[in-house]
Amino acid sequence: MKKLSARRRHPLAALVVLLFALAVTGGLYAAFAPADKAQADDTAQSLAIKEGKKLYAVGCASCHGTGGQGTSDGPSLVGVGAAAVDFQVGTGRMPAQQPGAQVPRKKPIYNNAQREQLAAYVASLGAGPTIPEKSQYNSEGADIAKGGELFRTNCAQCHNFTGKGGALTDGKFAPTLEGVDPKHIYEAMETGPQNMPSFGDGSLSKQNKKDIIAYLGAVNGDESESPGGLDLGGLGPVSEGLFGYIFGLGALVAVAIWVAARTTKAKKS
Amino acid sequence: MSNETSATTTRRGQAPRGERIADWADGRLGIYSLAKSNMRKIFPDHWSFMLGEVALYSFIIIILTGVYLTLFFHPSMAEVTYHGSYVPMQGIRMTQAFESTLDISFDVRGGLLIRQIHHWAALVFLAAMMVHMMRVFFTGAFRKPREVNWLFGFLLLVLGMFTGFTGYSLPDDLLSGTGVRFIEGVILAMPLVGSYLQMFIFGGEFPGHDIIPRFFTVHVLLLPGIMLGLLVAHLILVFYHKHTQFPGAGKTNTNVVGMPLLPVYMAKAGGFFFLVFGVISVIAAVASINPVWAIGPYRPDQVSTGAQPDWYMGFAEGLVRVMPGWEWNFLGHTINFGVLIPILLFPLVLVAIAVYPFVESWVRGDKREHHILDRPRNVPTRTGFGVAWLIAYFVMLIGGGNDLWATHFHLSINSITWFVRIAFFVGPVLGFIATKRICLGLQRRDKDKVLHGRESGIIKRLPHGEFIEVHEPLDQEQLHFLTQHEQPEPLELGPEVDENGVRRKIKRSQKLRAKLSKSYYGEDNVIPKPTVEEYKEITSGHGHH
Amino acid sequence: MSETGRHEDVPEENLPVEREAHEGAVTPADDPFADPGLPAHEHRKQDIDERAAKRSERTVALLFLVSMIATVAFIAAYVAIPIDKIVYIWPIGHISALNFALGLTLGAALFCIGAGAVHWARTLMSDVEVADDRHPIEASPEVKAKVLADFKVGAEESGFGRRKLIRNTMFGALALVPLSGVVLLRDLGPLPGTKLRTTNWKKGVRLVNQSTNLPLRPEDIAVGSLTFAKPEGLEEDQEDFNEKIAKDALMLVRIQPQNIKDKQELAWSHEGIVAYSKICTHVGCPISLYEQQTHHVLCPCHQSTFDLSDGGRVIFGPAGHALPQLHITVKDGFLEAASGFEEPVGPSFWERG
Repeated sequence: MKKLSARRRHPLAALVVLLFALAVTGGLYAAFAPADKAQADDTAQSLAIKEGKKLYAVGCASCHGTGGQGTSDGPSLVGVGAAAVDFQVGTGRMPAQQPGAQVPRKKPIYNNAQREQLAAYVASLGAGPTIPEKSQYNSEGADIAKGGELFRTNCAQCHNFTGKGGALTDGKFAPTLEGVDPKHIYEAMETGPQNMPSFGDGSLSKQNKKDIIAYLGAVNGDESESPGGLDLGGLGPVSEGLFGYIFGLGALVAVAIWVAARTTKAKKS
Repeated sequence: MSNETSATTTRRGQAPRGERIADWADGRLGIYSLAKSNMRKIFPDHWSFMLGEVALYSFIIIILTGVYLTLFFHPSMAEVTYHGSYVPMQGIRMTQAFESTLDISFDVRGGLLIRQIHHWAALVFLAAMMVHMMRVFFTGAFRKPREVNWLFGFLLLVLGMFTGFTGYSLPDDLLSGTGVRFIEGVILAMPLVGSYLQMFIFGGEFPGHDIIPRFFTVHVLLLPGIMLGLLVAHLILVFYHKHTQFPGAGKTNTNVVGMPLLPVYMAKAGGFFFLVFGVISVIAAVASINPVWAIGPYRPDQVSTGAQPDWYMGFAEGLVRVMPGWEWNFLGHTINFGVLIPILLFPLVLVAIAVYPFVESWVRGDKREHHILDRPRNVPTRTGFGVAWLIAYFVMLIGGGNDLWATHFHLSINSITWFVRIAFFVGPVLGFIATKRICLGLQRRDKDKVLHGRESGIIKRLPHGEFIEVHEPLDQEQLHFLTQHEQPEPLELGPEVDENGVRRKIKRSQKLRAKLSKSYYGEDNVIPKPTVEEYKEITSGHGHH
Repeated sequence: MSETGRHEDVPEENLPVEREAHEGAVTPADDPFADPGLPAHEHRKQDIDERAAKRSERTVALLFLVSMIATVAFIAAYVAIPIDKIVYIWPIGHISALNFALGLTLGAALFCIGAGAVHWARTLMSDVEVADDRHPIEASPEVKAKVLADFKVGAEESGFGRRKLIRNTMFGALALVPLSGVVLLRDLGPLPGTKLRTTNWKKGVRLVNQSTNLPLRPEDIAVGSLTFAKPEGLEEDQEDFNEKIAKDALMLVRIQPQNIKDKQELAWSHEGIVAYSKICTHVGCPISLYEQQTHHVLCPCHQSTFDLSDGGRVIFGPAGHALPQLHITVKDGFLEAASGFEEPVGPSFWERG
């Protein structure tokens, strides 16, 4: 306590208090904000669409057009479905911050309720993929090995063997799949965000998608095993070569310097 | 013979047991004469002289671990369904080669460790050879009488690259299979014989069932056998020539200063083997390499982004990646320059450095033996050439990993490719010029140090108020070190007309030689080292400004 | 200085000034740059202080002892730790306990032997630097003359130079005999024939989804989607599956017909569904990094980029020709090939034309 009182008059004290107050307010808001109030009954649905339309007009219409018809700055949202909105807004990609080769993932701007309202509104513009149920993307009844094979056929070419991501043309890239919500992975396969092609049920069946998500959970989660040791980013020979040079040859050169160095001489007295 | 009787015979004046064994061997192998010149052979101590040892010891480690791996590895492309203990692969179709690699990793205790030691040692082996070669190059250790040994070393590097590549391909995983597919494309690109060679090498259409067993023979028998022979020859020549040494007090071109083989060098070099093995084991314990279970078995219709070969092939990969897509069609025949040109450039760039010693000795016209190493700054043209070569090499390494540089530095893969295309030609030129300038600057500094002494950092105020920094004169050892190098005169072509006024015929090669010689030793390419007169004149005066 | 070389092609005056050898510490007073000779040997602490030497001795012995313990620990780990045990080690991750334990103990056992030996050499063995003489490698003129004379005698006795018939026939025989070895290589593989030109696609073969193993219908393929297909009848468990899929793999995308720039591409498509070979025309990687907005497809191996809305044209990278397109059509509601590939798929070769 003594330390604290000593710093009370520090020039930055006011700033710290302000930040603290802001954090508390924000936290309280987040805790009490209507998170899951959007009920599935019709009135709530139409209410959500109405709210969503308001949000849309403020945050989305400038690029996607007032009715979701699309402009030169953003594609049409008619028929993209609730899944696309849930993915784009839920991963923070939309609303986009600035134009560029690709819109990156960032911290979501809208809260869950707002996202659902937006999704309801966009879904009302034209039929499209709906937000998947948990049972569609959890690992129950999934075949990890089959998922691996499917992943290597359909996904690894862009996202790397274990979903570490990779480069596309002109600065675009396939993002890493590490730490991505399984629901979002499912939605991405279904809707094909940005330059990613979509994998509808005719291309990858529902079971196929489930298998792929289970495989990713096994090889690319926080708990994923790397029996051999450091996975070096899972990037293959380039990072292995760098590691071999820096830590392998580097350590050996350090040892060689010790071996070849002259032993300290006794000080002349 | 029992111990008791031998003890009594020893007392009676017979030689001790060890000596008698040596006598026996000498009578049949002549070991005393062999040991006479070698047992107390002198080896100079310097850490950079041990890079070659790192390569040698990693090669031994690779052989030891490789033999162990052959006990469990099945070089077969017969298809099986996996039922081993790695869950994410169960039920997947794969070749026996891949299956047995999984077994080594998950069902043989210690198998994973040996696999990782084998692969890490291979990366270190190639890296050590490369850096060792650079050490030899920049210090001029390749000069007479060591040109042949330089070639042996170069061949070891090239063979090491191919041994590494075939070994990397053996597990038949998705990554290495992609590499083999690349080889197929290269073979097909050969004019005239391509498609025939492809059928013969793969035993039919790609991938067939023969390539892994064939690579196995090449990897475990053919290439390592040749390498072992070259390695022994390389070492014999090192012994025969005696090691080079850096200049310094007491070190001349006719002596070698250091520690004797027995006991110091034997303990140090022998100990160093264990140190290298120990370090590589620890690396294999903490860092995963080529996790084939995460990569999956090879299938020709599957691929992953970031498909790269091991680092030592990255240079070739870069050449292929940045090549523009040129293809010729004429008279119903196709030449795929997009593959052919990079594949021809690859050996050419390597050969450029391999033949360098012969070029330099021709330019210099020097036929003497050299055992004192050059300081790189004293041979600016050679150092510049080496740096230029390294820049070309590393630019292509960047090209080989262009997709990873793109994602990790948020760049466009196309821009990187264009950067590499330009930098491959421009970078070496700039590097050459800059290095030469730096070398000359360092020569100037050396000269300054000799003539004016070392800046001591002590500021002194003179009676009339001027501040000067005290320069301490160098001792004789340092003076000798900074002035011992030779500064040859450039070759002159002589007058164009002889004494009778007749034009002499000068061959074009002679003109080129004179020109090159000038670029090595001409006025602009060397800072004349201080002469004794200059030194005396300055030191006899007062005040070291 | 060993002056062993001959330099008939270099004017004598162009050779650098010879450096004088300074064996020992002979220093002419008038040359401040002269070699002062080997510096006097300085003693290490261990050379003059027996206690320091003892300390070094104990350190070396300790290192060897640690190595022994590490080897015992290696064996213990081998016996005690189950092969499938995964442990979390910060900051490495979830790794195999056995691999980690074996690697560290083996590493320690080896490293300590090396460290002990080197420490021994550095602190206890003599560190007096010794100078050894070098001798020129070239033989003396007498030796050379003797060898040349001997060779001449031997050559004369063989009659090699005189009896040209023997010499020439021997060269002929030696030149021919390796041919047997070359001939023996013939059965390494079959002749190419038309193998590189043909695939299993022909008129009427249905397109089967690689992932679901079901025949594809046009409605399975939405605009912006990516689907991989194989010919009907090709199954993974067939012995030659890999050889076949290496040529047959197909990539299906749907592009709005008005966005297809190439006329033939449009004609070979079905309502905007186009089928391209998945095998890159550069060196044969399965190219499939499809960007659905630009319709570009990128090869992950060497970054050849093809435009699928413009006849598979190469727009970047080392590939030399466009991706082959398969002419498809619909029959009974299923997609099928309207003909085989019109050109060879995969990397180009001499006879490709």
